[in-house]
Amino acid sequence: MTSKSLYSKAALLLGSCIASFTLGSTTATADIVYKAGDPSLKPFILGEVPYPKGNKPTPARIKLGKKLFFDPRLSGDGNMSCATCHNPMLGWSDGLPTAKGHKSKVLGRASPVVTNAAYNPVQMWDGREPSIDSQATGPMKNPNEMHTDIPAMLAFINATPEYKKAFANAYPGEELTLDLVGKAIASFERTVISNDSPFDRWVKGDAKAMTKQQIRGFKLFMTPEKGNCALCHSGPNFTDSSFHNLGLASFGKKNPDLGRYKQRPLGIMKGAFKTPTIRDITLSAPYFHDGSAKTLMEVVDHYVKGGVVKTNLSPLMIKAKLNNQEQKDLVAFMEALTTEPKPFDLPILPLSH
Amino acid sequence: MKFQATFCLSLLAILSTAIAQADEFEVGQKDKKFTEKKLTIKAGDKVKFTNEDPFFHNVFSLSDSKTFDLGSYPKGQSKTVTFDKPGKIDVECAIHPTMHMVIEVK
Repeated sequence: MTSKSLYSKAALLLGSCIASFTLGSTTATADIVYKAGDPSLKPFILGEVPYPKGNKPTPARIKLGKKLFFDPRLSGDGNMSCATCHNPMLGWSDGLPTAKGHKSKVLGRASPVVTNAAYNPVQMWDGREPSIDSQATGPMKNPNEMHTDIPAMLAFINATPEYKKAFANAYPGEELTLDLVGKAIASFERTVISNDSPFDRWVKGDAKAMTKQQIRGFKLFMTPEKGNCALCHSGPNFTDSSFHNLGLASFGKKNPDLGRYKQRPLGIMKGAFKTPTIRDITLSAPYFHDGSAKTLMEVVDHYVKGGVVKTNLSPLMIKAKLNNQEQKDLVAFMEALTTEPKPFDLPILPLSH
Repeated sequence: MKFQATFCLSLLAILSTAIAQADEFEVGQKDKKFTEKKLTIKAGDKVKFTNEDPFFHNVFSLSDSKTFDLGSYPKGQSKTVTFDKPGKIDVECAIHPTMHMVIEVK
């Protein structure tokens, strides 16, 4: 077996960034002209990937972060990496309704996708992390997730010459800390970008990139009196990074997950979760924070019903007025938001001595 | 008796001055932003929060010197808060976490 054949060729999208990014912008639906390349569609073009001061993604940081992201030895039992739950072969999630953590413990929420997370101003389903830099080490600190012995993990990195050298190259003069590990992983995550879907090409002028049905679906998506999806799935990343209780059946169970309420103890936040991006959505079923919808059609059906549990339902949650054909059109549009996956090389991990 | 009358009149004068000096400010919620990033007011002033977006907002503060939750309300509606104590107050929207402003009460 050649060294190259050792590399798994998982499918994914890795993209470079393009122009003018308008975070979570609200585009007045009445102003949109549903024609390929129309200037009114410019707000849907994803801009440059944002990064925090002091962590500009350089090739050395991205390469190091990629190794750390895929290294299972960063977990307590040495068998879970970031990629265990955020697997590029499963749309940067895990294909499970809710994640499985340390010792396969079933956790309460679905693994969010890494795709385009770099654009989000808050991270996690409940928004408790302000950036992917801080989020990246959250699962390590969580005894239910990676259950990492942090001092032992840092000692492991220090005892691994290739890692030690890679940190010195990527972050010269900076002390090895858990935060620095998070910064390196986040640098890699900033390369997991979806921005070349049929929708993106249509927005930029390729009239054949989307089918007529997908264009109809886009209109339904945007129209307040029909799908009204863009109220929350807004802007070029198709999320407002905001919190809404969608009336999922799981909220009606005993002791439900209160979501954002634990971060902001306000009545309206009970059972509210962050709007996920719907870019690359076809790659990461099942859907919703509790993984309760197996297909996009089931998701649409939930909105057509206006939710199941009405207690504390978001005031933004209004029944979608869509007939059967329109529901199919809407799903067809969402399918146009997936960037065609490209082969992906897994890293060879350094051995410790 | 004379002392009591003088005291009452003085108190009335102080109160009426305070009432007369209380100002009302307006802060809108438009395009998922507060129309003011920072507002400096004095103790006793009121701030009217008006939703100018075609969807709901939920203005609140969990700051020590002023805690309030205005609940969610649609476009065109307003709710008013009196800021009675000095302090720095972070005001946010519960639904839209990037909406943030600071009210400094002198």
